[in-house]
Amino acid sequence: MQELIKRAKELLADGTAARVLGWRRGDLPYNPEPAFFEKEEDLDRFVYDGFCGANLSKMMIEASRLEGKTLVFLKPCDTYSFNQLLKEHRVDREKAYIIGVGCRGKLDIEKIRAQGISGITAISGAENDGPDTLKVRTIYGDRTVNYGSALLGRCHVCKGKEHKICDEQIGRSRDTKDADPYEEVRAVEAMTPEARFAFFQKELGKCIRCNACRNVCPACSCRKCVFDSTSFDSAQKANVDSFEEKMFHIIRSFHVAGRCTDCGECSRVCPQGIPLHLFNRRYIKEINELYGQFQAGEDPEATSPLTDYLAEDPEPGIIEERG
Amino acid sequence: MQVEDKKEFRPKIVAFCCNWCSYAGADLAGSSRLSYPADVKIIRVPCSCRVNPMFILRAFERGADGVILCGCHPGDCHYSTGNFYTRRRMTLLFSMLDFIGIEKGRVRVEWVSAAEGAKFSATMNEFAEKIRSLGENVRLGDIRCRS
Repeated sequence: MQELIKRAKELLADGTAARVLGWRRGDLPYNPEPAFFEKEEDLDRFVYDGFCGANLSKMMIEASRLEGKTLVFLKPCDTYSFNQLLKEHRVDREKAYIIGVGCRGKLDIEKIRAQGISGITAISGAENDGPDTLKVRTIYGDRTVNYGSALLGRCHVCKGKEHKICDEQIGRSRDTKDADPYEEVRAVEAMTPEARFAFFQKELGKCIRCNACRNVCPACSCRKCVFDSTSFDSAQKANVDSFEEKMFHIIRSFHVAGRCTDCGECSRVCPQGIPLHLFNRRYIKEINELYGQFQAGEDPEATSPLTDYLAEDPEPGIIEERG
Repeated sequence: MQVEDKKEFRPKIVAFCCNWCSYAGADLAGSSRLSYPADVKIIRVPCSCRVNPMFILRAFERGADGVILCGCHPGDCHYSTGNFYTRRRMTLLFSMLDFIGIEKGRVRVEWVSAAEGAKFSATMNEFAEKIRSLGENVRLGDIRCRS
């Protein structure tokens, strides 16, 4: 982390970057937040540890409109999102100085809490080059947590620790992939339609329409959003048992289908713990199966599956036929 | 006085028809005196590609029991490629509806050219029959829109 701050100060001092986009210490030990740093002394609050799961690439849309270059820190998975935004002409490569930061997987505070830990006051050992065990100080005494046991679900299905786009790299990464990304999707698919309906009714019934999933998603970056329309009722929560919230989630994921890099931010930020990535991942799985393997953000030159077609594409009837 | 309490289920079906092929196909079916169920309400769209996935979901939400989207045959689109995009989009949308547990068969895409009045009539009859067998749309409807 000190290395990152030192490099950021250098780049600010020599005028390469006009500002730094990174994470700053939050009010709790486990909630650092994305932040712009304009001056060297502001960087004292800069932080990069296991809780810095936030994907900063979406903020580069705003930074691309500002004067001068922005130094941005991107984790390997964030570079996919940046690439995708670059392809959609939403960010300006000339306005970004990208430092690829190493990643050994990001932490999920809920997984720490699930180990019976509450009243957390401090956490140490979460740094990127830190030890394998986290020391958690709570109001009930000190506890230790294995770093690997508290990883975000998305880190278990990591796309790889290679930065797809960057100007320089700082820090080492460690491979965290140990599961099949489509396992969860397959588990849902294996249920009967009635069970699937009940499953989604239960999960989506928790939705409070806070729009966090939409606001955090790097692919979901339209200037004007269909869900902000006054004729769309998604802002009302009264209709609990209705189709409205399923519609919100179907459309939200549909709008990013073929562009979603599966960064997992939607599920990370959901205050209700809804497995939102299931929708996106199901679209990715279907696109891979029907139209060929595609990883959004891997190659900024590749055509997105939904803006492309083949004369011999399957007919929509295939969904009904395949049983 | 006796109140009739059991009414026969009449499905509400929304058909999105592209202006250039399917709408003309429906017209031909009419002028050829070929019948199709009165439950089918046609909405004319400039191209099948105009149909946003939200249109389909919204139709269901507001009480449709089945939605069918008709367009020119792939390769014959008035705008050259519109229906190719429709095809991919709708495949994905239908697959998502299946994923969240909606009965298969409530939505369909059918390619009907301007010369296929008979196909239009046959398709609509068959689709209406299918929706009748599936029954009322409960899962996709909004409780506030029930009559």
